[in-house]
Amino acid sequence: MDDSAVSADRVRAGDARATARLISMIEREDPSRLAVLKALHAYGGKAHVVGITGPPGAGKSTLTDKLVGDLRGRGRKVAVIAVDPSSPFTGGAILGDRIRMQRHATDDGVYIRSLATRGHLGGLSRAASEAVRVLDAAGYDDVIIETVGVGQSEVDIVRIADTVVLVSVPGLGDDIQAIKAGVMEIGDVFCVNKADKDGAERVVREIRAMLETAVLNGAATRFTPLFEARSALRGDAGNAGGATEAVASRGPAEQGAFHHITAQATGHPNLEIPPVVKTVAETGEGIGPLVDEIKAHEAALAATGFLRSRREANLAWELGRGAAQRVLSELERDESRETLAELARSVLDRGIDYYDALDALEDAMKRTQRAATTA
Amino acid sequence: MERTIRVLVAKPGLDGHDRGAKVIARALRDAGMEVIYTGLRQTPEQIVSAAVQEDVDVVAMSILSGAHNHLFPRVMELLKEKGVEDVLVIGGGVIPDDDIPGLKGAGIAAVFTPGSPTGDIIEFIKKNLKRKA
Repeated sequence: MDDSAVSADRVRAGDARATARLISMIEREDPSRLAVLKALHAYGGKAHVVGITGPPGAGKSTLTDKLVGDLRGRGRKVAVIAVDPSSPFTGGAILGDRIRMQRHATDDGVYIRSLATRGHLGGLSRAASEAVRVLDAAGYDDVIIETVGVGQSEVDIVRIADTVVLVSVPGLGDDIQAIKAGVMEIGDVFCVNKADKDGAERVVREIRAMLETAVLNGAATRFTPLFEARSALRGDAGNAGGATEAVASRGPAEQGAFHHITAQATGHPNLEIPPVVKTVAETGEGIGPLVDEIKAHEAALAATGFLRSRREANLAWELGRGAAQRVLSELERDESRETLAELARSVLDRGIDYYDALDALEDAMKRTQRAATTA
Repeated sequence: MERTIRVLVAKPGLDGHDRGAKVIARALRDAGMEVIYTGLRQTPEQIVSAAVQEDVDVVAMSILSGAHNHLFPRVMELLKEKGVEDVLVIGGGVIPDDDIPGLKGAGIAAVFTPGSPTGDIIEFIKKNLKRKA
């Protein structure tokens, strides 16, 4: 198939080859992708974008495989983007996430694509956000992004996903790991996988304690504004304190699955924290409840208007990045390189200082821009 | 920008030994390719479907069980059915010399038997890609 045969219509019709090729065009930043992406734009915005992140070996791929199975059982079409690292030396990569998901290979309602990071840091590949938009417009109800195995600060996933599932496992370290900043802060739903192993209960307790403490300290967590908005919707005081008997008297169904009253913090009988779900992905244990929580989170986002505001914030961020990228490529041009070298020389010779040089550079770029728009 | 070559490494059929396939996967990775490894016991349908979804340039299959005369041509047939003509398909494993002409006739571009230097495989792939690099 020739690249020129890729069209929005074919992607929309569920043509896996066209979709796959378009994602390849995105990966190599082929300018001819833009016409198709623009044509697809009108159809996007419907998919629930779910991020699965966690350390290497936590079972993200196996978990993703089981999530796909469960979501298919609920009649939803699912796309998966699985990211693995590229070698910084050769550029090569082994993309092995698919091994765990191959049982879905021949299901027309599932599309799975492996992406290599190709030098991008942050846990994703640069193509990821455009690929998500393609799969969304192609009509997949859920788009699951599995990040590379993350360490402590690869948090790009929050810029793409509506719901982030943070996967943890027993045996990774002591309780100080759970209170560090970074990755542990980005979960909307927490999952303790390999829960049949020793120490699983402890990990659950540590995560819950971390979340509870954050609430009690009044920290500005990722979930604080959502929980407050939902409390307002329900007409109770929620984490703000005060009596919430009205809530406690409602049945679990009315409270929604996404409502967790912890019994741990004494004096705070109605403290709300994100769900922490135990799973054994290998056997499928806990997968149903995990999907329930993921979907309940989406429902909570939608009910409070946070789905829109989260997406708006993410898009604004991405637009900023896109603009910065344009500026960077502008600076790659020969003329710009010359200007840069000239300015560098003046700074070296103590002719002008670094900040004057920056201003001069900005002015020069604005002049070229004006020249380009008037031309 | 130079195009990155994407290769699907697959083990069709029922044999449970993927040591060779993994050696190849690593050699291709070290040659700068992106290798999608699908694991053991894949049906031709799964392999072709994965090749399409991953938009690979190459499908590399390894068989040790003796079922190559059935499974390799079946993969070619399915690719054709889906209209996929721009993917280079190569095979490897324990394959008697007498079977190789028949497999090539079915569209397998090359067959690498035990002892083939990985460098030869890499070179063959780079020289015979069906899509322009």
